Amino acid sequence: MSVDNTVAEAGRPRLIRADRTRRRNAAETRFRIYGVVAIVISLAALVFLVLSILSNGLGAFSQTFIAFDVYLDPAVIDKNGNRNPEEMKKVTTIGYGNLLKKALAADLEARGVSTEGIPPKEVDGLLSKDAPAQLRDKVLADPGLVGQTIRFETYANGRIDGYFKGRVTMESARLDSNVSPEQLELADRMRAAGIVSVRFNWGFLFGPDASELRPEAAGLGIAIIGSAYMMMIVLVLALPIGVAASIYLEEFARQNAFTDVIEVNIANLAAVPSIVFGILGLALFINFLGLPQSAPIVGGLVLTLMTLPTIIIATRASLKAVPPSIREAALGVGASKMQTVFHHVLPLAMPGILTGTIIGLAQALGETAPLLLIGMVAFVRDFPGPPPEGFFDPAAALPVQVYNWTQRADPAFVERASGAIIVLLVFLLSMNIIAIILRRRFERRW
Amino acid sequence: MKTKLVTGLAAVAFATTAFSGAAVARDQIQIKGSSTVLPYAQIVAEAFGENFDFPTPVVEGGGSGAGRKALCEGVGENTIDIADSSSRIKQSDIDNCMANGIDKIMEVRIGYDGIVFASDINGPSFAFTPADWYNAIAAKVVKDGKLVDNPNKSWHDVNPDLPDQAILAFIPGTKHGTREVFDVKVIEAGCADSGAEEALKAAGMEEGGCLKLRTDGVSVDIDGDYTETLSRLDANKDAIGVFGLSFYENNTDKLQVATMSGITPSTESIASGEYPVSRPLFFYVKMAHLGVIPGLREYINFFVSDDMAGPDGPLAAYGLVSDPKLADTQKMVEDEVPMGPLM
Repeated sequence: MSVDNTVAEAGRPRLIRADRTRRRNAAETRFRIYGVVAIVISLAALVFLVLSILSNGLGAFSQTFIAFDVYLDPAVIDKNGNRNPEEMKKVTTIGYGNLLKKALAADLEARGVSTEGIPPKEVDGLLSKDAPAQLRDKVLADPGLVGQTIRFETYANGRIDGYFKGRVTMESARLDSNVSPEQLELADRMRAAGIVSVRFNWGFLFGPDASELRPEAAGLGIAIIGSAYMMMIVLVLALPIGVAASIYLEEFARQNAFTDVIEVNIANLAAVPSIVFGILGLALFINFLGLPQSAPIVGGLVLTLMTLPTIIIATRASLKAVPPSIREAALGVGASKMQTVFHHVLPLAMPGILTGTIIGLAQALGETAPLLLIGMVAFVRDFPGPPPEGFFDPAAALPVQVYNWTQRADPAFVERASGAIIVLLVFLLSMNIIAIILRRRFERRW
Repeated sequence: MKTKLVTGLAAVAFATTAFSGAAVARDQIQIKGSSTVLPYAQIVAEAFGENFDFPTPVVEGGGSGAGRKALCEGVGENTIDIADSSSRIKQSDIDNCMANGIDKIMEVRIGYDGIVFASDINGPSFAFTPADWYNAIAAKVVKDGKLVDNPNKSWHDVNPDLPDQAILAFIPGTKHGTREVFDVKVIEAGCADSGAEEALKAAGMEEGGCLKLRTDGVSVDIDGDYTETLSRLDANKDAIGVFGLSFYENNTDKLQVATMSGITPSTESIASGEYPVSRPLFFYVKMAHLGVIPGLREYINFFVSDDMAGPDGPLAAYGLVSDPKLADTQKMVEDEVPMGPLM
């Protein structure tokens, strides 16, 4: 460059100028290449991320089921014979487990599926540990079933499920202390006989979490409800507070040192790491106000605090984007300041406000760190009640469920964690798409 | 119209905040603590919810220390009922409890957990002694009768019987209860066995000098859980990782386990006390909550029952080493005997 300048200053003719143009053009081409390379790198990272999640997680949506006939022996599950659910509750899942064990062996024999050389405990091991509880719930809900033979369908053990999905192989089973190659061969025979099938599993989306002994039964139901409750709380609290604050700051407040301080603080709050809000939530809502641990109400309040700055900044930006001529026209025909804002400015700013709110909500939905501190990492098996009481019952949240499952020892949970990521991504994607549609449809250009 | 909408929303918001002020009676048990005990507590909670009319207890991890601290925060529905712990409660915890009005705690030992040393399934197999581990990862070792900075590069340098494989160990970070056991049963024992303790004492070491590990990247602290150790091991096939027995038993297709002083870790060798690196697991119950939180009494009795913690129960199936003296524990829980002073 400097060489060029000295040459130009020396008043040399155009030939040199052409050289300079060539350099400028080359610089521009280089810059374009940098841009393309940057896009290619980020796209490659995105594709790698999505592909690895999909390849790990899609398996979580299907599950291996075993269906067989069970004779509900009254001698085992209803000793008194009066079909009273209160008395039948005395029979625990252990009793039902023994019933299932006998029923499976009998069913296999009746269908001519050979179990030779496999100890009865291993045959029984094909069934999920969740099966006795499922059967018990079914019988207690409908005591009339006692004494009948019903067709009972339940999950297969996680390792068997892994075998049909390719996660478990004969080689790994030989080394694995939890499954034997003979069990896998038996599972193959049972599949040929139509007892075992692999299909879509609604239980993954709607069922509760399960312990490490039964990864096949673990579901996202409570996490989805917990996240939905928190989003409701965030929406109901953050939107009105955020909009009110921004209208006041933007339209009514006088510009002085005090409002400047507030403005700087709001901008700062938006950049505060989310874990800080978790610490605040623990100290304020749980220790001081005495709200329950692990409850969506606390999670919702913490996420509200976190989302407020985002909403305020977005709202103020869209209020600012409404041209002053609108306000002047309204004031000119005799509208009060408040009428101007609520009848004219706010409706025009609404698309921007809604977009900002949805993006804020999407951020809050994916937030994990503050929830870890307020006990939402807990293992929760009971569904929370309907709102508003349900806001105070323990629940989980989607991103935290992912975190939780990646820490479990059983490899089947890796697949379920990726499946949970897919569900979370679908929610985030649809929220962002709604935001884009809103912006496209209602955006006004001046 | 818009004004009404906004005032309406504000009213709802206000109502929600006002409602939140009223404390709600808690009807489920809340448990927090050791991530080693967590899977066992989850298994029992799940079975408890299925078989009893009480709600399923809510179980949280976070570490033994965090659980005991939360237990000692005070009495009331806003505090937890049970702390899971993979090490014994400390006097400082008890003092903290006393200061916050918790004078009666029940100590329940649920069984034993082994700590195992495992490497990639396709690599060579190892037979360790505590002295091997001390000489491999301690900062100062005895070499040719002199105390020197640890020069060992390969396991073969440490002990000629071990394979010639570079030393790389993934050990639990200091916040884990597992580390405490590793320090005491492996490093301190190895320090004494290898003669380093005497040499260090002669050189005028301060308390805990045995526990100083080398810092040249050969021994790596893992602050996450065993899944992190496993994935690090997956990336570094030459490394040795420290795991809980139950984690190993769930991943026997990827890991092979080393013997310690000639004993292979298993539920049997740990129950008999032959395998040296094991520890008891506990939970601590706030006795003031018994009879207040519905189902608490039933839950702790159910936890120690033969159906759960017995040698054929689901906890043993997951990897817990059943306590040979379980019957005594059952009696103690039944009679609600609070724990005495620490010995």
